[in-house]
Amino acid sequence: MNSFRQIFDRYHWDTIKTAIYGMKPADVESALHKTDRSIQDFMALVSPAAASYLEPMAQMSHQLTLQRFGKTIQLFAPLYLSNECQNICTYCGFSLDNKLKRKTLNDIEIMKEAKALAGFGFQHVLLVTGEANQTVGVDYIENAIRLLRPKFANISMEVQPMDLPDYQQLIRAGLNTVLVYQETYHQADYKKHHPKGKKSNFDYRLETPDRLGQAGIHKIGLGALIGLEDWRVDSFFVALHLDYLERQYWQTKYSISFPRLRPFSGGLEPKVAMNDKELVQLICAYRLFNSEVELSLSTRETETFRNHAFKLGITSMSAGSKTNPGGYTVDPQSLEQFEISDERSPKQICDILAQKGYEAVWKDWDAVLEGVN
Amino acid sequence: MENLKIGNQVFGSRLFTGTGKFKNNQEMKASLEASGSELVTVALKRVDAKDNNDQLLNSLSHERIRLLPNTSGVRNAREAVFAAQLAREALETNLIKLEIHPDPKYLMPDPVETLKATEELSKLGFIVMPYIHADPVLCKRLEEVGTAAVMPLGSPIGSNKGLKTIDFLEIIIEQANVPVVVDAGIGAPSDASKAMEIGADAVLVNTAIAVSQNPVKMAEAFKLAVEAGRMAFEARLASPVHHAISTSPLTSFLDE
Repeated sequence: MNSFRQIFDRYHWDTIKTAIYGMKPADVESALHKTDRSIQDFMALVSPAAASYLEPMAQMSHQLTLQRFGKTIQLFAPLYLSNECQNICTYCGFSLDNKLKRKTLNDIEIMKEAKALAGFGFQHVLLVTGEANQTVGVDYIENAIRLLRPKFANISMEVQPMDLPDYQQLIRAGLNTVLVYQETYHQADYKKHHPKGKKSNFDYRLETPDRLGQAGIHKIGLGALIGLEDWRVDSFFVALHLDYLERQYWQTKYSISFPRLRPFSGGLEPKVAMNDKELVQLICAYRLFNSEVELSLSTRETETFRNHAFKLGITSMSAGSKTNPGGYTVDPQSLEQFEISDERSPKQICDILAQKGYEAVWKDWDAVLEGVN
Repeated sequence: MENLKIGNQVFGSRLFTGTGKFKNNQEMKASLEASGSELVTVALKRVDAKDNNDQLLNSLSHERIRLLPNTSGVRNAREAVFAAQLAREALETNLIKLEIHPDPKYLMPDPVETLKATEELSKLGFIVMPYIHADPVLCKRLEEVGTAAVMPLGSPIGSNKGLKTIDFLEIIIEQANVPVVVDAGIGAPSDASKAMEIGADAVLVNTAIAVSQNPVKMAEAFKLAVEAGRMAFEARLASPVHHAISTSPLTSFLDE
């Protein structure tokens, strides 16, 4: 069976890094003049040389996004089910070595949180857990999906990587989308940031989107956590991964996120910082590379940044997010994964979008389209 | 302008429109009014059939407008039939725009699944309007299984690239026993006019209206373009001639 591993092995981190940093203005201009852009063009667009082309990149990205997605932004909210975790990840509040009280929602609590989210108007919900197979394994998640299916039009999840039969089981229960970020494609650094737990297996995580594609999932979310390693090189690998997956699993949709490391209790400082201009450059580079991929902007980013950047290529946003289990109503004080930055309510986000000539889309899926009642 | 009949439905306007990509429901509603459109497609995935106060549906309640639910999002015939049945129940219409595009990138219609679903839905009493490639043979096959119309693409959905498939559209129109609605890719009023001039029965336009700077004005422009193109067709548009025909060097000997 083919997997991304075979493509990945053809590339070397340092060679890619040298190539990106060696890009010249002429390479950027050449990339901008095309309508169909290659991975080499993407390298030019994320290079330092492209920094002085930010305005034309933003205009082109805005236009392409408008053409494909219209004057709309999809809204979703995370629903954290548990913060129990057997992994040590140096950058995450749920890390096993963070000695704080843990919480996993029971059925009643899940429904209370769901009711709160539905009350805000959400129809698309993202289930999040840590990795603790004893308490929040596949069966726990399946149960949660079955509980939530009647309340929401679209259910996504961001949990531990799973085996193919597990994904098939959850898709049958009504799972639509899985987000699985590689965190970093730098293999040695990955080991440093994930010293303990199942997550320390780089290859298993790298091949997770392949298993999802094989399971026939509707949408896969990719991304690298920005701050662990050089974001330009990591983003190259995300783009490469996307390109491979689109060819291999052509019936699946894809989305990309670009989370920047946020402060959390017991956390680490980003090794490689990325400023706002660079994030805009990256968003535009993804859009110019692929005009159909969905791009998602979370509440990790500030109000000001989100107010302006959403027009430059973004297709979905979270709003009013809580990153702790029970955070909306059941247990607001439980341990959170990271601090959010944009604390505005879903209603406020909707109003801002409307002011700027965009419609907030709450519902863009229906269980009926999967043949599920 | 002659009326258009699809199944048992009669339309005065030959411009069909969509509901996606607008900045808000007010702008959508104003654009639909300006377009004069009587048939408006709406994605089942965007409406909440259980909610009597669904804002999108409320904005579309207008005596002139009939809804054309579409199955966008399904990947095969089985899912499409299921979705169509729900649409019929929820929106109280037999009309269905059958869209089966398992490829989420370019939204290319699957001819095999579309043919299967058309057959099944026709038997179930639907007025089926399938979105397809500009494939003349597929159109004939769809007619055989009871399609009410065919909706071949001009170019990829949302691309605004115009009538890239015009040579095949002309064959489809020449052979058709059901209305031909050119769907997808129409980027400018001139594209819509052209489609009508070559004999299309109607066009469906969404992106070019919704994403323009002034959707209301653009909707009216499309209305006029469709009317002009249709009137030209009905008036028997003369074929273009690329050289003057003044003498008859090959047959003049007959008169000598």
